[in-house]
Amino acid sequence: MSGVIELLEHKTVPVHSATRWYYFGGITLFLFAIQVITGILLLLYYRPTVAEAFESVRFIMTRVEFGWLIRSIHSWSANLLIFAAFVHMFSVVFTHAYRKPRELTWLSGIVLLGLMLGFGFSGYLLPWNQISYFATKVGTDVAASAPLVGPAMGRFLRGGDDVGAATLTRFFAFHVMILPIITAGLVMFHILLVQKNGMSTPPWVSPSGVRQMRFFPNFFLRELMVWYFALAILGVLAAVFPWELGDKADPFASAPKGIRPEWYFLAQFYTLKLVPSHVWIFEGELLGILGFGLLAGSWAVLPFWGMDRTGAARTRLVTGVGVVLVAYLATFTVLGYYK
Amino acid sequence: MRAPAIVFLLASIGLFAQGTAKNTCVDCHAALDGDTQRPALLIKNDVHTASGLTCVDCHGGNRNAEDPSEAMDRAKGFIGKPARTAIPKLCARCHSSPDFMRKFRPQQRVDQFELYQTSVHGKRLASGDDTVATCIDCHSVHDIRAVKDGMSPVHPLRLPETCGRCHADQHKMAKYGIPTNQLADYRTSVHWNALKIRGDLSAPNCASCHGNHGAKPPQVDSIAAVCGSCHVLFAQLYTKSVHEPIFSAASGGGGCIVCHSNHAIHQPSTAMLVGPKAVCSQCHEAETPGGQVAAQMAKWIDGLDSALKHSEAVVTSADKYGMEVSEAQVRLGDGRENLVKARLALHSFQPAEMRKPIEAGMAIANETLRAGQDALHEKDVRRMGLAASVVFIGITILAIWALIRRIESRGVSTQDHI
Repeated sequence: MSGVIELLEHKTVPVHSATRWYYFGGITLFLFAIQVITGILLLLYYRPTVAEAFESVRFIMTRVEFGWLIRSIHSWSANLLIFAAFVHMFSVVFTHAYRKPRELTWLSGIVLLGLMLGFGFSGYLLPWNQISYFATKVGTDVAASAPLVGPAMGRFLRGGDDVGAATLTRFFAFHVMILPIITAGLVMFHILLVQKNGMSTPPWVSPSGVRQMRFFPNFFLRELMVWYFALAILGVLAAVFPWELGDKADPFASAPKGIRPEWYFLAQFYTLKLVPSHVWIFEGELLGILGFGLLAGSWAVLPFWGMDRTGAARTRLVTGVGVVLVAYLATFTVLGYYK
Repeated sequence: MRAPAIVFLLASIGLFAQGTAKNTCVDCHAALDGDTQRPALLIKNDVHTASGLTCVDCHGGNRNAEDPSEAMDRAKGFIGKPARTAIPKLCARCHSSPDFMRKFRPQQRVDQFELYQTSVHGKRLASGDDTVATCIDCHSVHDIRAVKDGMSPVHPLRLPETCGRCHADQHKMAKYGIPTNQLADYRTSVHWNALKIRGDLSAPNCASCHGNHGAKPPQVDSIAAVCGSCHVLFAQLYTKSVHEPIFSAASGGGGCIVCHSNHAIHQPSTAMLVGPKAVCSQCHEAETPGGQVAAQMAKWIDGLDSALKHSEAVVTSADKYGMEVSEAQVRLGDGRENLVKARLALHSFQPAEMRKPIEAGMAIANETLRAGQDALHEKDVRRMGLAASVVFIGITILAIWALIRRIESRGVSTQDHI
């Protein structure tokens, strides 16, 4: 306890033109906490079987006191969490905070982002409605078409050849047990690294001349304001745009028109749609998935190609790649939504 | 070694020759013009060609002969263009033979000719009238297609026009003295709408009521049975009703068509019960007990319909606000089912029969209306709660900001060069 008090007394935050981006790590953490709390509340009523999943979610939304609010906040918060995580990641890129000695912080953050996407993908199926059923079918089909490990991965995810009862049980286990355990450990590790290495300052700010702000209470209170603001946005979204439940999944029905995944997978989804079915002797989808794999791998090791031998950031290169990536993700997400 | 090779070669040639059998009929007629050329051009699309049958199977003759006089030698069985009166029997040679048909279409019926002989067309043909429809008038000739083929003139979607080619032709029908408005009337009907607009192949076409090969107008006493082959429950109630013996004795058709007409069967509505176009008022004056019962029935049906529509509007409005009202939507479906049951019960012409579904439907309409109104009220409560929460959060943010300003004004805000 004394260690925590000492940390709070001595921890400082650099004050410069990019200080505002520091808040996004905290927002992500706050939204994750919201997810944990609302998720536990939903667990009190949710039943992970094909026969009961949809009905139990409908029961939560119609019969349980404030059930609609909890479920709606859980769904909206999941989306805001992934958005905040992306903003946090790109703020790290554009302020070049991935530099030595923060390589491991970056890597753990990337894995955490992957875990968040995993939470989103697995949680999407749990209401067992028409849209989520077919979106999961498409998603697992894409995973299954990956080279070498694809078919095995597809079977592992679905628990069989097709999306069904086994998939629901499996996704439930991922969503409430496996992913949370890994994430909780990794979040602590990530925060520990941030505390150990301190807050990074952008290359254009001299570390020796920068003004510092006490973490507690000055920065903490500001962060608290931002959290309250995020809470207000969540409340507005949950009350004005309650998360829909739709119709119960029917495996024998035809796929709903215009089926598409959640917004954070739209850019990849739209890219795969644009890739021709065959490129030379290769299958187009296979090439697309390989491309995404290479891109994700290269992005994960950014600290190693984003720095020169002296440990200084290759700012122009990394900023350029970051801008292109943001432009690609934004454009293709919008196109994927409207086309 | 050489002998087996020669045998193999000859066998191969034999097989090849068999696979590409000659058909000099098509070869010669394809080189001709006009009507004599047309069969050779059409025959490639014919379902019989696909089954391996050729011209000589209907027309006789020798398809291997190069010389036309030998190929079309009447002494050797060439019959040329069959007389119209002979066509049904010609087709029946194969289509009435179960053993023959089993080789191609084992599931196909073989009683078409038998039925045709019972039809108005068949009877008139037998009496020497060769202008009535024979097989080829409906099924076409030389390009006969399977019924399920969308280009076949007897495909369900095309059958009304095929019948209409003769039955809507005033000139052709003049000598029979029968009306020619059937197709035009049918095109205004709910059946046409289901068939052509919705593309429902099971919707009634001409053959559904009149039969196909045994086509004739339904007799007065069989109309309820014909309509009842699809509208089963309606027919059951109607045949037990007080109207059945009266309508059966009606002139100009009788049965269901007394109220619903025959070809121009329109969407039923309560306007058939009351009002200036009411069919009930043709027999029952408005002040008579019959007229009052009709008005009561119309009032019940309209009342339930409008109550359900009102509930549906409220529930839909709640749904648009994102409220979870799926249970109410399912119940509205039950309500609509009761409306259908009430319309069905009307065919017993006993108000007591209608009371149960009407009351059940009204109960559902009220229940779903309450559910929709509750959902809309809940929406308002949520928004009020949201507004209060946002105000509270705003005040908290301002309080924190004031606290920060206070702390920082005391000089513990930031530190330089720590």
